[in-house]
Amino acid sequence: MTAIPFPAPPADSAEVVALRAEFRAFLDQQLASRTPRQRSDNWYGYDRGFSRAMGQAGYLGMTWPKQYGGHERSAFERAVIVEECLAAGAPVGAHWIADRQSGPSILKFGTEAQKQAFLPRIAAGELSFGIGMSEPDSGSDLAATRTKAVKDGDVYRVTGTKVWTSFAHEADYVILFCRTSGTPADRHMGTSQLLVDLKNTPGLTIKPIIDLAGQHHFNEMHFEDAIVPADMLLGEEGQGWDQVMSELAFERSGPERFLSSIELMVQLIEVLKGRDSDAAQITVGRVTARLAVLRRLSRSVAGMLQEHQNANLQAAIVKDVGALFEQALPEIARELVDAEADPRAAGAYASVLANIVHNAPSWSLRGGTREILRGIIARGLGTR
Amino acid sequence: MLAEMITRLFERSLDDTAQAAARGGQWLPALWAEVEEMGLPLALLTEDQGGFGLSLAEAGEALRLLGSHAMPLPVAETMAANQLLAAAGLPLAAGPAGLARADDLTISNGRLTSTVARVAWGEQLDCLALAVGDKLYRVPRSGWSVAEAGTALNFHPRPSLALDWAVDAEAALPWCPLAGGATVRTYQIAGALEAALDLTLSHTATRVQFGKPLQKNQVVQHELAKLAGELACATAAADLAGEALARRDVLGVAAGSLRAREAAGAGASIATQMHGAIGFTREHRLHLYTTSLWTWRDEFGGQVSWAKLLGSAAIAAGGPGYWPMVTAL
Repeated sequence: MTAIPFPAPPADSAEVVALRAEFRAFLDQQLASRTPRQRSDNWYGYDRGFSRAMGQAGYLGMTWPKQYGGHERSAFERAVIVEECLAAGAPVGAHWIADRQSGPSILKFGTEAQKQAFLPRIAAGELSFGIGMSEPDSGSDLAATRTKAVKDGDVYRVTGTKVWTSFAHEADYVILFCRTSGTPADRHMGTSQLLVDLKNTPGLTIKPIIDLAGQHHFNEMHFEDAIVPADMLLGEEGQGWDQVMSELAFERSGPERFLSSIELMVQLIEVLKGRDSDAAQITVGRVTARLAVLRRLSRSVAGMLQEHQNANLQAAIVKDVGALFEQALPEIARELVDAEADPRAAGAYASVLANIVHNAPSWSLRGGTREILRGIIARGLGTR
Repeated sequence: MLAEMITRLFERSLDDTAQAAARGGQWLPALWAEVEEMGLPLALLTEDQGGFGLSLAEAGEALRLLGSHAMPLPVAETMAANQLLAAAGLPLAAGPAGLARADDLTISNGRLTSTVARVAWGEQLDCLALAVGDKLYRVPRSGWSVAEAGTALNFHPRPSLALDWAVDAEAALPWCPLAGGATVRTYQIAGALEAALDLTLSHTATRVQFGKPLQKNQVVQHELAKLAGELACATAAADLAGEALARRDVLGVAAGSLRAREAAGAGASIATQMHGAIGFTREHRLHLYTTSLWTWRDEFGGQVSWAKLLGSAAIAAGGPGYWPMVTAL
C-alpha cells in the first residue's frame, strides 16, 4: 500500500497547555488596539516594537540553545507560539523570516562567530531578515540563479538582481542565494549563501515592487559590484543548494500555509452570529473540519521534523492542500454574505474581505508554486 | 502484528468471488468465522473489557485495513457496537452487530417498538446497540424483523428494521452510536483511499498512451498529487475522529468525519478519472473501493447533520472564540 505516513502528533503536554494560555494572555494585551483589517495582514504585518516584545518575553528562538539567546524548548512549544500569532493576526513580519528559517540556518551552518553575532539579536527581536532567493529569470527554477559572488581577498564582489524580497526596505539582513563558481548551466553546483547587511552594503540598491493591492512588501535588490565580507559566507562555498533545500520542509508545512485568511473566518462568524441559517451552519462546519484536519497534518509534520525524519513529501502536501483552503475562504464567504469588499472601508468585514481577496493569489505562489509542489508530491509517489 | 494477521486473512479468504457474492447480498459465514476467531470484533476493547488493549494507532490500522480490502462484512460496525456496549456495561455481541439511534421510539408496557432505517446486514446480525435518548439498549436478533429491503451503493444490504422487543435491560448511553459508527467509517474511508491511490498509481504506470505511460504526463501527475492530498486529509481526519471519540468529544468526531466524507467523494472521483473507462467497470477492482467510498460517506448521520452540529457550535463560539474552539478539536 502506498501509505503516506502522517504520524499522530503527541498530545499537548501540561507545559504546552500552560504556554498556550500564557501566550494568549500576552497577545490579548499586545494586540488590544489592532483592528480586524490590520490583523488580516497576517504575517505581512510588520512592527519592530511587537517583535522586541516577543523577544523580551522569550518567545523567539524558542528551540535554540540558551548560549545563543534561545530557550531550548520543543518544536511543539514553538508551534504553539507561531499558530497563536497567526490566528490572532499579530504583526510578526519583523521577526518572521529570521525566527523561522534564517536563524535555524545560521544555527545549522554558521560559524561560531556568526552564531554569536546573529542569533542572540534575532532571539531578542532586534534583527530582521528577508529572503534572497528569487531572481527575474529564476523563480520556481531556483537553480537557474545568476547572481554572482566573486571572491576577492577577504570580500566577495556581488553582481546580480533579486526580486520579491519581502521587507528588504525594512529588514537588516538577507541570506543571499548566489553563484560562487560556474554558470547557470551548472544548476545547483557552485551555489552558496551569503549573509548580506541591507543597511550597510556598498553597491546594493533596493527598489520597491508594489503589489496589486497597492502595498509595498516586495522589493528588488540590485547588487552592482557590491562588497560583502568573506566571513559572511554561510556554511560551505558550493553547498548553497543543499543548505537551501534543507530549509524547505520547515518553510512549507507550518501553520502559515493555511491560516493566511483566518481573520476573514473570524469576521464572517461575527457577521453570521445571531442571524445564521442552515446553509451558514453547514458551510462553517465544513470549513472548520478542513481547518482542524489541516492543523493536524501540520502538527504531524512538526513531529516528524522534531524526530529528524524526512518530511519533504508531507510538507508539500500540507502546503498544497493548505493554500487551496485559505484561498477558498473568500469564495466561501461570498456565498454566505452579500458584501462589496472595499480596501478603504471603515467596517471590519468589507475591509478584511478586500485585503484577503487582494492577497489570496500570492498564497499558491510564495514558498513554492502549486505546480512545483504537485511535481514534488508526484515524485514522492514514485512517478518520475 | 495484528495488521499482518488481518492482511494474511484477507489475502487468503477474501477474493473477488467472495466480493461478488457479497454484492449479491450473500452473507459470507466462513469469512465471518475467521474474523471472529481472530478476535477482530473485540479490537476496540480494553483488556479489562475483554479486549486486547490495542493502542489507538493499532486499532486504527486494523480499521484502515478493513477499508483497504473493502471488507464486505460488518466488522467495523461490530467493533464499534462492542466498544459502545462494553462502555455501557452491557453484554457484548455474540456475533455480528450493528449500531443505531432511534429518534421516534415508543416504549409502553415494557415493549420497545420502532423502525430503524438502513442497518448494514441487518438480517444477519446477532444484536443491535440502540440509543434512545440518553439510554442504550442491546436488542437481540429476536427483537426485530425486516420492515423494508435496502441496498447500499456498494450493493451490500441495508434493510430497515421493525423493532418489537420486551426490554430486559438498559444502560446510560456513553456516547452517541452515530459518533462511534462515523468514527470507524473515517478509518475505512482512509483505507479505501489508500487502496484507490495504489490502484491508480499502478494503472497510470502501466497504461501506455501516445507512446508513454500515463503518469509521465504532468497533468496526470498533478491529479495524483491531489489524490495523495485527499488521502492525507482522510488519514489525519480518521486519527482526529478516533482521538476525539476516545475523549467523548462529539465535535472532534464531527470534524474528522466531515473531512473524511469530503475526501471520499473527491478521491473516488480522481481515481476513477485516472483509470479511464476501465475504472467504470466491474472488471477492474477499483469499483470495490469507489462504491464503498460513496456508501460510507453518507452513513451514521449525513454530511448535512454533522456539518450543522459543528458549524452551529463554531458560530456560537463567536469570532474571538473561533480559534480556541478549533484548537480544542
